[in-house]
Amino acid sequence: MEEASNVQVIPADKEKIKKLWKIAGILGLVTAFEFLIAFTMGTGPLKVSIFVVLTIVKAFYIVAEFMHLGHEQKSLIWSILLPLVFVVWLIVALIIQGDAIFTAKY
Amino acid sequence: MSAPATAVSHEGKNIWSGGVSPMGASYGKLMMWFFLLSDALTFSALLVAYGTIRFANPAYEGTVENFSFSQDYWPIPEKVFEAVPFLHGVELPLVFVGIMTFILIMSSVTMVLAVEAGQRMDKDAVVKWMLWTLLGGIAFLSCQAWEWGHFIVGTDSGSTLADGTTIFGANLTINQYGPPAFADFFFFITGFHGFHVFSGVMLNFLIFYWAVVGKLERVGHYEMVEKVGLYWHFVDLVWVFVFTFFYLV
Repeated sequence: MEEASNVQVIPADKEKIKKLWKIAGILGLVTAFEFLIAFTMGTGPLKVSIFVVLTIVKAFYIVAEFMHLGHEQKSLIWSILLPLVFVVWLIVALIIQGDAIFTAKY
Repeated sequence: MSAPATAVSHEGKNIWSGGVSPMGASYGKLMMWFFLLSDALTFSALLVAYGTIRFANPAYEGTVENFSFSQDYWPIPEKVFEAVPFLHGVELPLVFVGIMTFILIMSSVTMVLAVEAGQRMDKDAVVKWMLWTLLGGIAFLSCQAWEWGHFIVGTDSGSTLADGTTIFGANLTINQYGPPAFADFFFFITGFHGFHVFSGVMLNFLIFYWAVVGKLERVGHYEMVEKVGLYWHFVDLVWVFVFTFFYLV
């Protein structure tokens, strides 16, 4: 434990910490806005689209800033993001499938 | 833009010939990223399956005010999740799940502050922020336990079936809110996410303990905080999607 006292603690970067809290504020505001929309807007494709866009906005801030991916090397960023295009295919395929099941049943 | 704890320079070296980190991230962080990618695909499959079954069932056609539970159509989530602890009988749609979302976002913030403190070798700050992160995770799990309890037990009035029997709450074969698949997906998706939170809390506790006893300081860096931090942020990220696609839409 003797060497513990030799550890150099670097002072906190106020700007960096301020930025982290700012991102937290954005996430909170977007969630509050989602609540507002949930209770003031009639259901429909537009409402769902707004929710999807706001969710992607939140996801962007969490992944790019909190998980630091936005500051990693390009090869790492694309290695993580590109495989997710399969999810787009999955959404399209299974929504069509769900619609087909509905038509067959009702 | 601070360098990761175990940054490796690759100046003048072939980055694929060994001895350096090809993507500027350590082995452990890289593996965590690819694990999270596979986990993201698993959660996508669950949420897209929810969408499929929801599309395969009739939607409720009337107004929100006149909504009542029925086995014949998919329920409106805000009518299912409107209970808050200690406020029995008061209709507060999505308020409790909003509180849970806030708790999880806050614990993500405290985690990123712990990571930041670790990069500065600030042991006391790491311990402090890891403790807050732990508390956030435990608070979220407690909220989820209450939510599950309420969902399983059901409302006072329950829901009357076509044959005249009244059912309360939910199990895997029948529930008062809508088609059986609705409760099945609720248990599976929020349960799978909740189990991730639970394992995240376990990992966070381990890191907290290692920071307290000075193990990470003796190792010389706090990269474990970053790796577990990635996992913890991912749990928050998944909740953002569950919140939208299970509770809001």
